[in-house]
Amino acid sequence: MLKQIEGSHAIAETIALCRPEVICAYPITPQTHIVERLSELTRTGDIGNCQYINVESEFAALSVAIGASAAGARAYTATSSQGLLFMTEAVYNAAGLGLPIVMTIGNRAIGAPINIWNDHSDSMALRDAGWIQFYAETNQEAVDLHIQAFRLAERLSVPVMVCVDGFILTHAYERIEVPEPEPVDAYLPAFEPVQVLDPDDPVTIGAMVGPEAFTEVRYLAHHKHLQAIDVIPELSTEFADVFGRQAGGLIRPYRTEDAETVVIGLGSVMGTIKETVDEMRDDGVSIGAVTIVSFRPFPMLALRVALENAKRVIVVEKCFADGLGGIVVGSVRMALRGFSTPIYTVIAGLGGRPITQASLRQTFGDAVADKINDPHFLDLDWAVIDRELARGQDKRRSGPIAENILREMGLVGGKPV
Amino acid sequence: MTQRIKFYQTGTLTVGNRLLDEDNRTVQGTVDRSNSLTSGHRACQGCGEALGARYVVDAAMRAAGDRLFAVNATGCLEVFSTPYPESSWQVPWLHSLFGNAPAVATGVRAALRAKGRTDIKVLAQGGDGGTADIGFGCLSGMFERNDDVLYVCYDNEAYMNTGVQRSGSTPPAARTSTTPAAGAAPGNVFGQGKNVPRIAMAHGIPYVATASVADLQDLEAKVTKAMNIDGARYIHVHVPCPLGWGSAPCDTIKLARLAIETGLFPLYEAEYGDVTDVTPIRRRMPVEDYLRPQKRFAHLFRPDLDAEVLAQIQKIADDNIEKLKLLD
Ligand SMILES: Cc1ncc(C[n+]2csc(CCOP(=O)(O)OP(=O)(O)O)c2C)c(N)n1
Ligand code: SF4
Ligand SMILES: [Mg+2]
Repeated sequence: MLKQIEGSHAIAETIALCRPEVICAYPITPQTHIVERLSELTRTGDIGNCQYINVESEFAALSVAIGASAAGARAYTATSSQGLLFMTEAVYNAAGLGLPIVMTIGNRAIGAPINIWNDHSDSMALRDAGWIQFYAETNQEAVDLHIQAFRLAERLSVPVMVCVDGFILTHAYERIEVPEPEPVDAYLPAFEPVQVLDPDDPVTIGAMVGPEAFTEVRYLAHHKHLQAIDVIPELSTEFADVFGRQAGGLIRPYRTEDAETVVIGLGSVMGTIKETVDEMRDDGVSIGAVTIVSFRPFPMLALRVALENAKRVIVVEKCFADGLGGIVVGSVRMALRGFSTPIYTVIAGLGGRPITQASLRQTFGDAVADKINDPHFLDLDWAVIDRELARGQDKRRSGPIAENILREMGLVGGKPV
Repeated sequence: MTQRIKFYQTGTLTVGNRLLDEDNRTVQGTVDRSNSLTSGHRACQGCGEALGARYVVDAAMRAAGDRLFAVNATGCLEVFSTPYPESSWQVPWLHSLFGNAPAVATGVRAALRAKGRTDIKVLAQGGDGGTADIGFGCLSGMFERNDDVLYVCYDNEAYMNTGVQRSGSTPPAARTSTTPAAGAAPGNVFGQGKNVPRIAMAHGIPYVATASVADLQDLEAKVTKAMNIDGARYIHVHVPCPLGWGSAPCDTIKLARLAIETGLFPLYEAEYGDVTDVTPIRRRMPVEDYLRPQKRFAHLFRPDLDAEVLAQIQKIADDNIEKLKLLD
């Protein structure tokens, strides 16, 4: 049904349609509206026999999901930022055990400085924890990806994160098609685990493995991700057949035919990027864009094919590795190995800074002219940087950087000083 | 009293099942015990934890009509029972991490509830480190929600699996590899550590008990009782570790018994936060008798007897005896 609804609520209602049996969560902005709505839907009996567990930490939340999944239940949780880091050990464990848990990440920056706004530092920190990672471009896609996520997770017995930009998507009210129960049931069969605790067939799950077989166990996890490269497009096609709309897949090219410059990105910023592309196309610039929907597994081949004729590539990403540059760009470079295509990284939207069309337009223009630093920090205020660097040179005890900058800007604790 | 028949009347501590009628025999004494933790595992000789776990899980299996799931924290029990490609577990068994066993058990329980499987019970187990320290948050959460899980802590008073480091359950003065017998106050510091059974009681959960491998009938009886209660239940089992304590493997039971008889490890049960029963001390022993055979306390006796520290430890035992009225 088409609804005017908050992104988080649409996601929650969709999760409910996926008939999870155990939901566990610990609150953190901007994930809260999802789990609040799910607690309500559980109480009202809208999710059948679902058990909703209020836990004492994110580490416990995912651990409850691990236990539930190993006991054969469809398990779901959601988190953001510090919460994802707090559960890190269990994140790896769920993947290592091959448990098909689905988790929504309401993407948010990681502190310090503490910041509740959107970027991709959280899910990117755990990009190689063995989970499949989808990034939703719109709230409609967030809804649709969750349905595919359960299907994929259970098909391959691998956990899946659906990454949804905090606030930008989670808190946006818009028109979203929330599916009816019937097509969801048709698309998503009941969970049939490949391993399960069963009194009639006792198995040991989580045994210790030494050097004799650890590599083999790890290789098999790699193999699942390679399988996912084939299964993800299949499930996306099947989704389109059942629901009558496109969602998911590995990548989504936009006006890339004959594009000399191709911009790559993930998540909600693709909307702004595509509008910038349109504007530049109108001005005769040969530019297109590619959305990465599945970041893990990384669509190496699909991306290579999509980029093979590009003269330059720009990767826009909401995260970076200190002292190195972009994170996404590392994988893009792997996809393009053997080519001499210049690749520029644009670090943008950190801690919720708006990514404007004007700034993107300017930056893409500089890149098209091959006049851009790599990495380029979008809209970085060099005056602030220079002053703070000078202060650090002037005296040893120059104080906490975050507070200095806020004072400089006339703001402390959000209040003018 | 949970245990139907007490054995000390016979004047021997080696009393066997044969003196009992069939109904009162231990689960371990029967041919149809489940052998949930079966032979072939790699525990050290004289391992109190292996012994305790064997009794606990078989008794739990009996009480659950063989429909039991076990969740295990990382630690000696997990490591010695599942060396690849073998497993000693003949019960559905799940190990996730060191600090999350209570939450994993909650998840297993929730799954069963969602599926309407009321026939299966859930047991979680961990060492004192996994319970008192790293898993404490998850344990408290499980208690606070009154999740329907029996959690058993095997307390060998240190992190044995990683080489005998101090835990929040290590007794004062004990030498561990991180509280060495060096300096002015050798061994573990006085005035630290936590009493997990007491903290469990403070959560107001339906059942808390302490037990010991020195009284296996009592241990089985407490497990059986706990298994027949709904909600969060906690049993804290004292399990000597010859490797970590520097004791003779053949002294495991003797030391566990001395811990009880000195008052250092009191046996009691509690329901909804109140102590409901204590096992009286039959023959009170001085703490020195318990400490002397253990190398982890050797610095209290060599080169000279450290009367001051011994007195401090004796006071801990005396306080336990007085508080719980163990001699009445
Ligand atoms: C997060 C984490 N920290 C540390 C360890 C290392 N570690 C594994 S077992 C163990 C000690 C276990 O001690 P305890 O719970 O008392 O069980 P025991 O081995 O004594 O039976 C430690 C420190 C770990 N596996 N995971
Ligand atoms: S180190 Fe201690 S607890 Fe571990 S197996 Fe040996 S005796 Fe048992
Ligand atoms: Mg221990």
